[in-house]
Formats: sequence, structure tokens, C-alpha cells
Amino acid sequence: MTARTRRIELTVNGRSRFVEVAVHHTLLEAVRDDLGLTGTKECCLVGECGACTVLVDGQSVDSCLMLAVEADGASVTTVEGLADGDRLARLQLAFLDTGAAQCGFCIPGQLISAEALLATTPHPTRAEIEEGLAGNLCRCAGYEQIFEAVELAARAEAPA
Amino acid sequence: MRAFAYERPESLAEAVGLLTEHGPEARLLAGGTDLIIRLRDGTIRPRVVVDVKRIRELDDGIRQTGAGLTIGARATMTAIGADERIRRDFTALAEAAAVVGAVQIRNRATLAGNTCNASPAADTVPALLAFDAVVVAAGPAGERRIRVNDLLVRSGVTTLTQGELVTAIELPQPDVARSSVHLRRTRRRGHDLAAVTVACVVRADGSTRIAYGSLGPRPVLVGDDSGLLADPAVPDDAKAALLAELFTGASPSPRSMRASPDYRVAMLHVLGLRAVRAAMGRLTGPP
Repeated sequence: MTARTRRIELTVNGRSRFVEVAVHHTLLEAVRDDLGLTGTKECCLVGECGACTVLVDGQSVDSCLMLAVEADGASVTTVEGLADGDRLARLQLAFLDTGAAQCGFCIPGQLISAEALLATTPHPTRAEIEEGLAGNLCRCAGYEQIFEAVELAARAEAPA
Repeated sequence: MRAFAYERPESLAEAVGLLTEHGPEARLLAGGTDLIIRLRDGTIRPRVVVDVKRIRELDDGIRQTGAGLTIGARATMTAIGADERIRRDFTALAEAAAVVGAVQIRNRATLAGNTCNASPAADTVPALLAFDAVVVAAGPAGERRIRVNDLLVRSGVTTLTQGELVTAIELPQPDVARSSVHLRRTRRRGHDLAAVTVACVVRADGSTRIAYGSLGPRPVLVGDDSGLLADPAVPDDAKAALLAELFTGASPSPRSMRASPDYRVAMLHVLGLRAVRAAMGRLTGPP
């Protein structure tokens, strides 16, 4: 029988990491338990809520629906990778400015989805924001403030 | 999640060998957006998970050939929904791919996986049926082509035999002008499984193909070659009467929580007529 663990190499928030992962563990488990990056949240575990969203090679994915071994060789960005040291990213500042975080549990996933959206669509319409964040649920129902934050961040990025 | 062994074959021969060796104890992993949910909830308990994403003969490309478009088994819904050729010539498929799950799901989920998973509610399968798509399957006896209509049996069951896996999906190029549309009914806007899915293709020669999903054990393809559905001079009630005849095979499960059988059938008739109208509008309307 094949080994039940595998050594994988991946880049996490810009840093190269080697991790020995159980082959039946998800990327979410590897990020939280093996790498200690607990900003990424575990919630529905069926790909509906988006709390576990991370970027894999620049694309947003539900890390609960991906095995850690599938990320072998990939570049992974978690919410911890958005800020530059103590300097928050423009999206994070915008979320603060609009009061987008209430209980805060969904916010890491919302931030990552917003980051992915703005990377491909720097100036999204409201409809594009709603579609881009459709895979991220907020049980506090702070959607208006979250959408406003994305709009604010997009404006902040606009060339003068 | 219950433990399993993980294999990452690098060639088709190796993958076919693993599938042949482990038979029903093996499960294929492409995007994983259905598989990992079922691994976690224990509805499937394979001994081996075979990841197809490093198989060199499988790709994520969408290629134009003399016969049409060939979509590699690793192509994601995101790529399919964004492909200009699919949006132009196979519009219903692009529209269906663009509403699968949400962004995170579409970035992982593959068309081949959605097809082989054989869910009655698969968003993209009615479009594949309406376009008469063909899957290319590799197996111990070599390669064969199977019409999607001949592939699907019921939820989770296909006519693929032991050791076979889908390597690509082929969309035949249209021989006459045509238009298509995908419509569905969900409980909420955004991320949801469909209570009814309809794909409709109307051809300039008058023939119409409609495929519907979520209304029985597998998506169903029906057609009208009389020209009645595609005739702008025929009133809606005459078209509705023909659609009622075409849709007699709809048999939604009474056990699904998403919608009652009566509601699904009623919405099938509404969406069916709406789809015919929308596809005709695209055929005759301004480009």
C-alpha cells in the first residue's frame, strides 16, 4: 500500500515551505494545523460558505475541497499574506473603513475573494462584486458594507 | 476524513493500470468539488484516490479541430465560461459553466468531472446533450468515443467500464447557423443547485434540441424536427402543447428538498418555452 503521508513543497505567502501532509487531509487542514495559519476558517466543509477561501496560483479556491497534496508545487496565499508586515493591504483598510467586519469570521474568505476579483477586474461594477463574492456567506449579513469596501478599495487603487 | 491512499499517475497507461487494478475501490480525482464532499461525509469509501491532474496526456486546453472543439479533461468551468469560441458557438455551455457553484468552485470543477459524476442536476450536462457532445474515453482496450447521451445512466452511474477514464470532450462544429441558451431555476440567486436546468439549441433549418436536468434520474434530451418550435409564426400555446408532449418523460424525485415534483414540472414548461424564445431571438436578432 502506498504511503499515507507525502512530503510536498509549496510557496505559502511568498515563502517556500516543505510539509509532510497526510494524503487524506485537505489544504485547509494543512494551512491551519500544519502551517499554523489560522486566519483561514473552517466552516461548512461543503464548498458553500467560502470561509476557507485561499488563492492557489492566483485563483480563489475553497481549501476544504482540495487535498493538501494537490497543492504540491503551487503558490498559496492566505489572508495572512495580504498585509505587508504591519502595513495592512488596501482591501483590509477599506474593510475597516466601511465597518465590513461584524463578528469577523467570514472576513478572511471575503478578503481573499475580493483580492482575486480585483486582480482580474480592477474596477468592478456592483454586479461583478456580487458575483465575485457569491461564494462567500456572511451570517451577520454585512454584505452592503463588504461590497462598499471592495468598491472603496478599487477606487483607492485607481490611478490619479 | 477517512484515510485512503493517494496516487498521482503521470501517464494515461499508469492511470488505466491503477483503475484496472483497484476497480471499484478506486476513485478519480479531477477538480474534487464533488468527490471531496463525498469522501468526507462517507458516502464513498475508496481505498485509493487517483488524481488525474498530472497525467501528461490530459490537459486543460480547449482546441479547435476540423470537426469542432475539443475540451481537455482538466479544463475548468472558469476556463470554459470565458472561452470566446465556446461563448460564440456553444453559448448554452458557456452560460451553464458560468453558473456552476461560485467562483471558488468554478476555478476547480472540471467539465469532465461534472459529466462523469452523472448528477441529474449537473448544470453543464443539458448543454452537452443539446450539442450532441461526445466524450473520449481511454481504457484497457484503447480509446473509444461515447455520445454523452449514451454515457449517462443515473446519478453517479455511467456506461464507462472498469479501467476507463474520460480524457476529453468533443463538441461537433455546427453545419448550419444556430443559437442556444441555458436557463435554470434555483431557490436563490448566486450559489445554488438547480431545481430545473434547461438547454435549448435552435437551428436555422428549423430543428430544435432541448435538454433538461433535475427532473429524473438523469438529464434528458428531446427534439423537434418539424420546425414548429422554431417557427416565429406559430403561437406560444401551440408550442407549449408540443413541449408538453416532449416533456412527458420528466419524473422528478419526490424526495429532493430543493423543490417539489409539481413545481419542477411546472417550471420545466415555463423555462422550456422561454428557452425556445430566447434561442430564436439570438438566431434572428442583431449579432
